[in-house]
Amino acid sequence: MNASPRPPPALRIAPLQRVRTLFFASVPNGVATLFMLWLLWQIVPAAWRYFVTDALTAPADIKQCVQAGGFCWSFVQDRWRQILFGTFPYTEHWRAGLACVVFLSLIVVTLLALGAPTGRRRLRLVGLAWAAGLALIAALMYGGVFGLVPVQSRLWAGLPLTLMLAAVGTGLGFVLGVALALARREGPPLIRWLAVAYIEFLRGVPLISLLFVASILLPLLLPPGVDVDKLVRTLLAFALFFAAYMAEALRGGLAAVPQGQKDAAAALGLGWWRMQWLVVMPQALRVVVPSLVNIFIAAFKDTSLVVVISMMDLLGTANIARSDAAWWGLYIEPYVFIGAIYLCGCTAMAAYSRHIERRMAKGAA
Amino acid sequence: MPQRAQRSALSRLWGQPRVRATVWQVGTGLAVLAALLWFQGNLAANLARRSLDLGFDFLWGPASFELGDNPVGYAAGDSFLLAFAAGLGNTLQVAAIGIALTACTGVAVALLRLSHNPLTAGAAKLYVEIARNTPLLLQLMFWHQLIVRVLPGPRLAWNPVPGVFLSNRGLIVPVLGWQPAFGWALAALALGIVLAVMARRRIAWLLPVLLPLGALASAQPMAFDVPVLRGFNFAGGTTLSPEMVALVWALVFYQGSFAAETIRGGILGVPKGLTEAAASLGLSRAKATRLVVMPLALRIAIPPLTSQFMSLTKNSSLAVAIGYPDLVRVSNVAISETGRAVECIVITLAVYLVLSLATALAMNGWNARLLQRGT
Repeated sequence: MNASPRPPPALRIAPLQRVRTLFFASVPNGVATLFMLWLLWQIVPAAWRYFVTDALTAPADIKQCVQAGGFCWSFVQDRWRQILFGTFPYTEHWRAGLACVVFLSLIVVTLLALGAPTGRRRLRLVGLAWAAGLALIAALMYGGVFGLVPVQSRLWAGLPLTLMLAAVGTGLGFVLGVALALARREGPPLIRWLAVAYIEFLRGVPLISLLFVASILLPLLLPPGVDVDKLVRTLLAFALFFAAYMAEALRGGLAAVPQGQKDAAAALGLGWWRMQWLVVMPQALRVVVPSLVNIFIAAFKDTSLVVVISMMDLLGTANIARSDAAWWGLYIEPYVFIGAIYLCGCTAMAAYSRHIERRMAKGAA
Repeated sequence: MPQRAQRSALSRLWGQPRVRATVWQVGTGLAVLAALLWFQGNLAANLARRSLDLGFDFLWGPASFELGDNPVGYAAGDSFLLAFAAGLGNTLQVAAIGIALTACTGVAVALLRLSHNPLTAGAAKLYVEIARNTPLLLQLMFWHQLIVRVLPGPRLAWNPVPGVFLSNRGLIVPVLGWQPAFGWALAALALGIVLAVMARRRIAWLLPVLLPLGALASAQPMAFDVPVLRGFNFAGGTTLSPEMVALVWALVFYQGSFAAETIRGGILGVPKGLTEAAASLGLSRAKATRLVVMPLALRIAIPPLTSQFMSLTKNSSLAVAIGYPDLVRVSNVAISETGRAVECIVITLAVYLVLSLATALAMNGWNARLLQRGT
């Protein structure tokens, strides 16, 4: 006889039971399940065919790709450098690539430093890293030093341009945003009023029209003969635009700092500036890190709007590659390629932002 | 202390908060004023150099460009003012349709994401992640290309529902010929709703259904203006251009994901005790959602939703990238036709600003009323 106890029957039924409660708990739920299964049945094999079976991985031309009817990997193989670096001189692409790597490391370092319960010393290190990194990037992109061939800024395109607009635009925007938030919350009436007017104005207009201001109107507002580089004007537009959103986020953080902290700082004899810098700002910043990361994600996506003022960021170079005669007729491949880049970057940052938020919620509880 | 005695009168004055505030304000005010004057001087010099002047008189002059269908009925030869009105009309039209569809998408996706069914929840999450984490302009260009390239010409147009055609000319839908009976039906609907609310009986909600049906019974046979394929294009019905379809679709696809997350946040923000109370009263999950959770969740979600709807309106300006004649595109075309960059950009900025501020004021008023009621 078998002496070992038989497993309780419930265990054997459990998986089925679970399936029932999860997928067929009610009639609508069952219908939804069946519908989703049908949808998967339709989509998964089709996607497999499109991306794998019917896709050509070996070098092929447009005709063969269209005939095969799948995703044209050979387009990506042929044009990825053009999409990533655009009009940057072909032989110097390594410089643009290196600049991207530096940018990405700077962004990662900043996010990690912001996410950690920071000390001011670490923030100072991040600041130093940015100064060194930006100098390196400028050397790589402009050239003219260390025997590098000079490259004009209007030839900058693709991923380096996207990263530059997002990182430098929001970086400058952050500095201005801090000033605006302080002015709106603490300033005397006229300064507060000016800050409110600025913030509400910038938040009330679309970014596109601001880019038109930078590309069409701003040259008219500068002294005749003064010609500011278009890249600089666009960077300025991004900084001015996102400063307003940063200021609003920071205002929430400033409001979260208890009055007692300020009173204590005043009792210690700290003046207004030192109180803000040493006591208020660090606490306010910590609260708003997730919102700041979200603004950066928005900025990273919104850099694509510069194609409207005919600058060649990642989306611009993808459009160029799409309208190339050699690959005429393709339109899914370039968009899927750069879409994947944006998706990876934004999803990673969003996940990180949620992680910080969760940790903060846990710390508060 | 000797040190204090040595402090000059000036530094003592600086020590007073009120003096300091005044100095700061005067300084800032002067700096802003100086910057504005500097800009104005440069602008005057630049315009003089190009022998241009400032002024809005050009708005009454005739514009020579075509804009396609628009709610104002602008056509080439009409004034620039009418052209701007047409652009604004197009912007508002896209925004209105987009907001309505985004709200529906948001609620539906939020509920799907919260459902206990892993399949639907997973699908909703996948959609939200893809839509939120890629640029709107990329999505817009993709959908636009897809519509223009993949959809067949009018002769082979997709015909999902009788009378509705989807082709690379856009979406062609039938329009209902208006007749007085519809007016009666609308009146009957309103009356039915009022009666049902007054009766406070569930059965009374049949009234708003039955009364309009009764009114419609007196109607002429429905006269739909159904589109028909004639030659190489459609006759009858109304045509929504491919650009408009792509724009609305992309806006709803993108903003719907944000709306879904906001509404989901609102639903999760409803205290658990209320849901449990509803369950212990014997309400089914669907009923508890409809009667208890949603009203409270929407109250939490509506302020952020309003700002999202506002950003949808502002984002509709991306239309310029695919050539849909919205306000920004009209302004651009007008700039290239008249060279009046300053005026056209100022008009665009002012219109969006007025829209945003009006929305914000309405929202603040609504919030204040809610707070007053204390609910």
